[in-house]
Amino acid sequence: MTIAHRAAPYLQALPLTLILGVFLVVPIAVIVMVSFWDYDSIRIYPDFVTFNYEETLLSWVTWKTYLNTLKFTAIVWAITLFVGFWVAYFLAFHVRTATMQTVLFLVCTVPFLTSNIIRMISWIPFLGRNGLLNTALVDAGIVPQPLEFLLFSEFAVVLAMVHLYTLFMVTPIFNTLMRIDRSLIEAARDAGASGFQILTNVILPLAKPGIAIGSIFVVTLVMGDFITVRFMSGGQSASVGLMMANQISLLQYPAAAANAVVLLAVVLMIVAGIVRLVDIRKEL
Amino acid sequence: MTDTTKTSGVSRRSVLKGGAAVAGLAAGSGAITGFPTIWAQNIKDVTLRQFGTGVSNINAIAEKCKEDLGFTLQMTALDSDAVAQRAVTQPDSFDIADIEYWICKKVFPAGVMQPLDVSKMKYFDKLVPLFVTGKLTPESTIAQGTAPHTVGFVTGSDSVEFAKEPTNWLTMIPTIYNADTLGIRPDLVGREIKNWKDILDPAFKGKTSILNIPSIGIMDAAMIAESAGIIKYADKGNMTKEEIDTTINFLIETKKAGQFRAFWKSFDESVNLMASGEVIIQSMWSPAVAAVRSKGIPCVYQPLEEGYRAWGGGLGIAKHLTGLELEAAYEYINWYMSGWVGAYLNRQGYYSACLDTAKQFMEPYEWAFWMEGKPAEKDILSPEGKVMEKAGAVRDGGSFYDRMGAVACWNSVMDEDRYMVRKWNEFIAA
Repeated sequence: MTIAHRAAPYLQALPLTLILGVFLVVPIAVIVMVSFWDYDSIRIYPDFVTFNYEETLLSWVTWKTYLNTLKFTAIVWAITLFVGFWVAYFLAFHVRTATMQTVLFLVCTVPFLTSNIIRMISWIPFLGRNGLLNTALVDAGIVPQPLEFLLFSEFAVVLAMVHLYTLFMVTPIFNTLMRIDRSLIEAARDAGASGFQILTNVILPLAKPGIAIGSIFVVTLVMGDFITVRFMSGGQSASVGLMMANQISLLQYPAAAANAVVLLAVVLMIVAGIVRLVDIRKEL
Repeated sequence: MTDTTKTSGVSRRSVLKGGAAVAGLAAGSGAITGFPTIWAQNIKDVTLRQFGTGVSNINAIAEKCKEDLGFTLQMTALDSDAVAQRAVTQPDSFDIADIEYWICKKVFPAGVMQPLDVSKMKYFDKLVPLFVTGKLTPESTIAQGTAPHTVGFVTGSDSVEFAKEPTNWLTMIPTIYNADTLGIRPDLVGREIKNWKDILDPAFKGKTSILNIPSIGIMDAAMIAESAGIIKYADKGNMTKEEIDTTINFLIETKKAGQFRAFWKSFDESVNLMASGEVIIQSMWSPAVAAVRSKGIPCVYQPLEEGYRAWGGGLGIAKHLTGLELEAAYEYINWYMSGWVGAYLNRQGYYSACLDTAKQFMEPYEWAFWMEGKPAEKDILSPEGKVMEKAGAVRDGGSFYDRMGAVACWNSVMDEDRYMVRKWNEFIAA
């Protein structure tokens, strides 16, 4: 009886432990292991060498690529946060009925009925030199020549990423905004706070956990992205994920593994920073 | 009928599998048309898994194979990098590898494929000499890069060491090859395009592209750099570190100057770039040019003074194949060389490695258009029956000897491969 009692929690934790162990811990351990192996153009050899890390960390390409990826991350994060917050704010405070809130929220998820890649690629005919937007602008006499920067540029990458990832910001923020006790807002108003003061002193602090969770989603997604960068920049721009994809396609697994370990460390540091700033458990 | 198949059948194989009932059924179905030399009925149960780059992994070939030989061929098409990767890392996942020679140079030494016995090849004598001696005609010079004959033979039946001279052991049986050059939009370039360096013309700023597959892209880049007088290579297909540096620095400068619109990695991307007018001059593959034209958009596969960048592919057999499946694989290869497939590939604008047999499966006017560079007497149809060229058209680049005779280099793997890839990544990141 007592043994059964004592064993019960372990048994309950076992399925998750197994899943995390097999699908998370073991693969990461393998990646770390392979990152120390040697390789040539076709095979990898078990070994303990550190030049995969040296080549990664001591090359200006890596630094430049990381900077570029961080730049995308910062821009996309700022825009998705701004857009996401106001969409969530509108849904939570301006839409009165719960039914309407649900309906409008579902409308936000409609783009997700198609695949990520299709949503991204559909920008290409729209933004191209002879695309819909440029044709419309030129025909309307707004610009004399098609705007080249719209496609195969960093602008295109950021645009597509914002389009793809804003919902990841909307959802958690909407969730926290819905939990804010309306009497707090009334109290603030009764105490003479202006709309702006209510926003900065009541709503924003209480929305922090949602913002933090949304930020973690967006940051990890953008840091790990390679397909959006490749297609929307026309292969002209680099990201860490793309660098790894290139290495994998050339069978340079150890180099890619070393890169993956570095990326994992960087992303974990960012996430740790976010979690340190905001206690997300408070609201979960 | 059952009797005939049994007497001409190789009896030791009947031991392998399958009873008389299966044999009777198979023979009775009339599927056997006298083509194969293997008469064992259980060959119908064989399924061979072929994988390779999209160019020749065509379902029509699998269907015809089923019809002529009776066994099933499963085709998987992947991009060049994925092919090399899968051949090395999952050698049991394929039976037949349909790969390019430069991939073969990377993959074969890994010991995942078995050498082919030349004495079992019915049409070995009919091969274009390009794949045996490296020379198209006795007078021609051997182009730079990984020329197919240099990785076409190994020293023994279980060797992975490439032989310098033809031996009895082939790494792959050559099947398909072509000469690549730049594709242009004649309606938009507004000038004559004669050299590889014309892609650098300031008039085309932001309207050019090259391909982002390092081992092929570096060759196009080398053709451009040499044409522009930036550098003279000892061997474009096997650059020194300094040559790689110069080439990549040149590419980075060109990129920073905004000359390129995009870099493409897959066939479809190159078609879209060209068809949408994003790009008006770029590296291209011949079926991509055909695909742009089939949309009614003018596109020319422009012959250039410096010559072509060529590539070649073949069929190899996986190491693990034995017994009946191995017999079937040899059967398949001999069938492949016997003409029907060759004609199919020729009609797509590629070249078959066994031209004599392919000729028998083509109409004289088709042969004249595709191989002799003569104006088309009638409309030229693709193997699927679509009109590819109207009567009177002439093939870009002319005849087989004009095109394959002007090859400047072959797709290749360099000794400094790893360094090159690292530098290529710098170029993309720059």
